[in-house]
Amino acid sequence: MTDEPLLRVSALSKFYGSRVGCENVTFDLWPGEVLAVVGESGSGKTTLLSCLSTRLLPSSGTASYRMRDGQWRELYRMSEAERRFLMRTDWGLVHQNPADGLRMTVSAGANVGERLMAVGDRHYGRIRATAVDWLSRVEIDEDRIDDEPRAFSGGMRQRLQIARNLVTGPRLVFMDEPTGGLDVSVQARLLDLLRGLVTDLGLAAIVVTHDLAVARLLSQRMMVMKDGRVVESGLTDRVLEDPRAPYTQLLVSSILQV
Amino acid sequence: MNAQSTDIATYNFAYLDEQTKRMIRRAILKGIAIPGYQVPFASREMPMPYGWGTGGVQVTASIIGPDDVLKVIDQGANDTTNAVSIRAFFKKVAKVDVTTETAKATIIQTRHRIPEQPLTAGQVLVFQVPIPEPLRFLEPRETETRKMHALEEYGLMHVKLYEDIAKHGRIATSYAYPVKVEGRYVMDPSPTPKFDNPKMHRSPALQLFGAGREKRIYAVPPFTDVVSLDFEDHSFEVQTFDQPCALCGAENVYLDEVILDDHGGHMFVCSDTDHCEKRRADGHHGHLAPETHSASGKMEPAE
Amino acid sequence: MYVAVKGGEAAIANAHRLLADRRRGDRAVPALRLDQIVEQLALGVDRVMSEGSLYDRELAALAVVQARGDMIEAIFLVRAYRTTLPRFGYTNPVDTGAMQVERRISATYKDLPGGQVLGPTFDYTHRLLDPELAAGADVETPAQRPVEAEAMPRVSTILAHEGLIEADGEMPLDHVPGDITREPLQFPMARDIRLQALSRGDEGFLLALGYSTQRGYARNHPFVGEIRIGEVELELDVPELPFAVPLGSIRITECQMVNQFKGSAKVPPQFTRGYGLVFGQSERKAMAMALCDRALRAGELGEDVVAAAQDEEFVISHSDNVQATGFVEHLKLPHYVDFQAELDLVRRMRAEYEARENEDRPEEKREAAE
Repeated sequence: MTDEPLLRVSALSKFYGSRVGCENVTFDLWPGEVLAVVGESGSGKTTLLSCLSTRLLPSSGTASYRMRDGQWRELYRMSEAERRFLMRTDWGLVHQNPADGLRMTVSAGANVGERLMAVGDRHYGRIRATAVDWLSRVEIDEDRIDDEPRAFSGGMRQRLQIARNLVTGPRLVFMDEPTGGLDVSVQARLLDLLRGLVTDLGLAAIVVTHDLAVARLLSQRMMVMKDGRVVESGLTDRVLEDPRAPYTQLLVSSILQV
Repeated sequence: MNAQSTDIATYNFAYLDEQTKRMIRRAILKGIAIPGYQVPFASREMPMPYGWGTGGVQVTASIIGPDDVLKVIDQGANDTTNAVSIRAFFKKVAKVDVTTETAKATIIQTRHRIPEQPLTAGQVLVFQVPIPEPLRFLEPRETETRKMHALEEYGLMHVKLYEDIAKHGRIATSYAYPVKVEGRYVMDPSPTPKFDNPKMHRSPALQLFGAGREKRIYAVPPFTDVVSLDFEDHSFEVQTFDQPCALCGAENVYLDEVILDDHGGHMFVCSDTDHCEKRRADGHHGHLAPETHSASGKMEPAE
Repeated sequence: MYVAVKGGEAAIANAHRLLADRRRGDRAVPALRLDQIVEQLALGVDRVMSEGSLYDRELAALAVVQARGDMIEAIFLVRAYRTTLPRFGYTNPVDTGAMQVERRISATYKDLPGGQVLGPTFDYTHRLLDPELAAGADVETPAQRPVEAEAMPRVSTILAHEGLIEADGEMPLDHVPGDITREPLQFPMARDIRLQALSRGDEGFLLALGYSTQRGYARNHPFVGEIRIGEVELELDVPELPFAVPLGSIRITECQMVNQFKGSAKVPPQFTRGYGLVFGQSERKAMAMALCDRALRAGELGEDVVAAAQDEEFVISHSDNVQATGFVEHLKLPHYVDFQAELDLVRRMRAEYEARENEDRPEEKREAAE
């Protein structure tokens, strides 16, 4: 691990009129680190993720990202062109609903290859070979490469979405409830796969989830949010074993008892 | 006003008023300054329907002067009904000389073809464009496609070509084949067959594109790079025909298939009628050419 | 021997001569005069003026006759003429509150200042074909209540006194209304531009979209606050003169739709509006326009865009019947160059397909033999 973080977030707030989306969130994310943002719906975790992935502009605060060339750039001062370029090269965004992150009417191969073509790869054979490779890494049979995701199961779609995001070798991936809406057995397989990929590729990730089991399996560090504010943060094991904030204690006890 | 008077409605010379022509010329100049960029313009209603060449007619009406010689083709031919109609329109409202010969024209308005005879410096080719947006069938929203052009996000265009190859083993786009202009904007060359794409590359003629219904004008200035999109390992290729023109024997030209009878008999003849007639006048013969054929080679249909 | 036969100038000229003949029809029947059309097919003339965006009954009547009664063709003729006219200026905004009302109804109040005025309406007629009309029977002189001395306040103004309805849309002070006939359409568009496009939009298209909002595709709970039809004065500011110059009056139909709105974080619960205004007398069009206008304000009011009627690019791009008919009918034009290209492609792909089949077949036979 380098001695510099990848992302620095400082006093980030987002208000919708007088309503709080998220307020005064500050943290650093290090290369290769997985941070889980946990909370119930309405806690502000999705607003935070939208701000960090620049799909939403915060009301105040800053977020800086260390580019591949080592330069620090402030996200909300970048042009839309730069942000969109970042989004399809060095970043990934995994939506809860794969249909939001995939092109449902083009083949699996093209879904994976799109980012490569967007950054200028013009060799069909090479693009296809890369797509085959990535499909196998997310455990999709090669012979499904020309099928459209419409014909895929929910779990396969989610794995395809992950492959589509990782094909350009991003350093930071945002995930919004990546296992939401999947059967429990499918969830387990997906989490296993994700954990393997994150470790192998040394990815940094910010995972938003309401499911403490997801946080426990994937993340090294976690933040607990309530009513738009961070109520507790720390190493995942520590927070889950020894929750300090009353809300976290409630959350942990209610879930672990089940 | 007398309801039965004959001067109840009168039209300005050359149909468009001068203010409108100035507005269109400004759009054309902007288009020339930014090759391949679609310039929005306040398209007017024209006396022919939208989709029938109103964009091309507005462009032609705005640039035509009394000394110009106009040629109008549709499907490569001088004598298709819409070409005849547009030519007659300009003969009537602008009183310019018209011609069917490519070499003699200063302005050529076209639908779906580029003449076979290479164009020269000083000529203007005006294309009639139905859908100017090459990304339209991949992304229906104007607000989004405009952003994609602005940010040069053309990955989606290659996704379409990738899908063609994955499904059909080849790029299955045979006309309106997208091109990149001067290394920047992806452009729809209008529904010309891709056979004509190479003719656009570094052409000495000025190429103007008018889309009336969609209210866009764009341009390719003379000697501009026009490159058809492709993959390194599936490169762009034009249609080839297995046989020469049955009337003039020309090879490496675009051919129309003509049905001769109802038992599947057919022949292939030049789509560019002027080119075909010229060749025959110069003594070239195809295998089905009549021995004593006149140079005009056409007959008005019986009533 | 093949001789190329293609449409020529003579064929076109002859086709148009035949059209002129069919348009005139039986010469024993007297030719229609424009004043007959203006007087007796007045609502058809109104539609041509409204969607043709040109207020001139005589020209509209000429267009109706020239188009043989084909309304979209007539609208097209008027548009193609209108577009060539020089622009002298823009009139001041019309004050519909000062309208010389011939019809004014409200569905939200039983009675209101100025009263309900039915005017010349098809409402409550029994749709029974009337043989007397065919026989050209004399028509009684109508009885009309004398016109009220003071103008009728608009229902929206009455509601606004209580703060129950949103104010007229707020535009920046320096906002100059756009002109869709002079500037290219760009999305997203301001409401003034959108209303212009809707006002010349196809009656049938807007009717169907408005209807769809009532059937649950973006329901917006409309009430007819008011419909008024009548004459309004047009005035033009002339720089040389210290007062606005009256140009005359035009007949228009205005519909103010009042729609339920639950309010949002910024705005207390209040009624919102949909607005329709067209040349001449056309309640159907004005009402449909108002429904569509309200549906298209979804984004502005923070509502989810879920249905076609709320989609600005969809509605405005397809509401113009002159554009629509041109592009649909252009499919009649020759496309044989492109068709040839497709034909060639399909033939090649079929040949490849057959070649693959033939390669596979020997194996199949062998398998079958085993």
